[in-house]
Amino acid sequence: MRDTQHGIGSDTGLPGPGASNRGKKLPELVWSGAVQLALMAGAIFMVIPFLWMISTSFKPPTEVLSWPPNLVPKEPTASNYVGLFGEAPFVRFFLNSVFISTVSTVAILATSVVGGFVFGKYRFPGRDFLFLVLLATAIVPFESYIIPLYARMVRWHWINTYQGIIAPYLIMSFGIFLMRQHINSTISDELLDAARIDGCSEWRILTSIVLPLSRSAGGALGIFAFTQAWIAFMWPLLIANVRELFNMELGLTMFQFRFSTDYGLLMAGSVLSVLPMIIVFVFLRRQIIESIALTGLKS
Amino acid sequence: MFEMGRRPGFLGYSSFERSKIAFCYLALLPILALFAILRIIPIIETFWLSLYDWKLVGSVRPFIGLANYQGLIGDEQFWLAIKNTSLYAGASVILGLTISLPIAVALAGKMKLSPFYQAIYFLPFITPMVPMAVAWKWIYDPRYGILNYILSFFGMQPIGWLIYPEIAIWALIAMNVWKNLGYNIVLLLVGLRNIPAVYYEAASIDGAAGWSRFRHITFPLLKPILLYVLVTSTINAFNVFTQVYVMTLGSQAAPGRAVRVLLYDIYENGFRYFRMGYASAEAVILTLIVLALTLVQFKLVKSEA
Repeated sequence: MRDTQHGIGSDTGLPGPGASNRGKKLPELVWSGAVQLALMAGAIFMVIPFLWMISTSFKPPTEVLSWPPNLVPKEPTASNYVGLFGEAPFVRFFLNSVFISTVSTVAILATSVVGGFVFGKYRFPGRDFLFLVLLATAIVPFESYIIPLYARMVRWHWINTYQGIIAPYLIMSFGIFLMRQHINSTISDELLDAARIDGCSEWRILTSIVLPLSRSAGGALGIFAFTQAWIAFMWPLLIANVRELFNMELGLTMFQFRFSTDYGLLMAGSVLSVLPMIIVFVFLRRQIIESIALTGLKS
Repeated sequence: MFEMGRRPGFLGYSSFERSKIAFCYLALLPILALFAILRIIPIIETFWLSLYDWKLVGSVRPFIGLANYQGLIGDEQFWLAIKNTSLYAGASVILGLTISLPIAVALAGKMKLSPFYQAIYFLPFITPMVPMAVAWKWIYDPRYGILNYILSFFGMQPIGWLIYPEIAIWALIAMNVWKNLGYNIVLLLVGLRNIPAVYYEAASIDGAAGWSRFRHITFPLLKPILLYVLVTSTINAFNVFTQVYVMTLGSQAAPGRAVRVLLYDIYENGFRYFRMGYASAEAVILTLIVLALTLVQFKLVKSEA
């Protein structure tokens, strides 16, 4: 399992299937040239939607609907991005997304660290049963119990409120599982016992030992939680019926139904919505890909 | 960890242990309450509600037993949704693996996926669905879309990709394959690189190369991760909703052209027609499908381990 980390991002990949034909020079060159070519073609296919989106976002309305289409705008303009601040409250949508995702991330981190610590480091009656129940909830897709949850929000008068939108995103069973694994493997029982002998209460241990030591796993979980709340769609669609509460995803959707032909403006909005995720990805590419590959393997 | 006696009953614990146990329950209380309210109770309620005729508004909520399920059996829209969702999931997963497997195998040699390609192939997977769905809707645009423009070079007439549900589902599948390709490749690469090199050395001594090497060594050893990707992708595909909503609903979210998938049908029955009990019955079916797939996954993991 340890080798997987190298295989994905670093130079120390294991010798693979190709290693045994090292003698044959020419066929191998042809082969690797063909692979490179195919890779490049694939890469172009992968980025075309992004390029097309960015290109359209800088086109004036007349050029957007010109035929044949220009891949590069002839008269680039930022007017679509300016339009985002005027015609639809995209700044508001953006801030809503930031607010919703931040609250969700903080709540998930808090509940996951506490839950992971208690489930990982203590023995108490009912522990295994409770842990199993929490994990089992992850198997059932969220959308399949959205109806009673919605009905509860109606009863609580939480429709069209931030708390209504955020509520389901306060907890994550995978988060508790992840933090439990992390705390079990990085924090020794001796350390906790030493703290107890020094007179630390359990709460004190939680805040001054466990919390600082779970930072690395917390970072990965934080990115995951933030992304999950950022891309929330079906739940906000049900709960938020006034546009002041729309998140970026919902704002963009409703906006495209209203201005279905103004693709310049729509693409500018899409770029704005994609941007935060891309920035995070550019900076943390390796960690993100590795953690996705590893969680895939472990579960 | 402190030793805890095996004596039964709460009074058997020392006061120190008791204070630790009190801490556990106290710390877990808010978490358990949140899980109960936001996950456990709604999951149970869904099963419960599926036995009632419930319109959300009004206090009358007659118990009708399995009538909702009987209704589903005769409901053409429901069967269409099941058919579409299965087609979407099956085709996405098979196409996705058929495309990503050769790429991963080609890359698994000495070549490593350079950070540049890695970033590009992974980009669609990490970007949010709605902006990408809007971008693809623009690509698929019948009059000004770039896809019809490219196809016009090959002499093809413009196609209304998203206008007819029978075509639109394939447009959705293509986008899904595009979005998850990088994820598939990364997971398969991990699996390929975990195959010990000795197997290949032994094979080359026996004279196995190319296809026979792939068939007899790579494929069997890759099977666990292949199955893992297969099942998780299928589960994810069964929960498709956002792209359908964004790309195939008409202006003002008119449902005429929507590709009817399971979640869309639940959404429409529950939140357009307020047939909450009926929609709950559908949600139970969705849950059972996903549970069955998960069980298959657990079984596979166990048998391979």
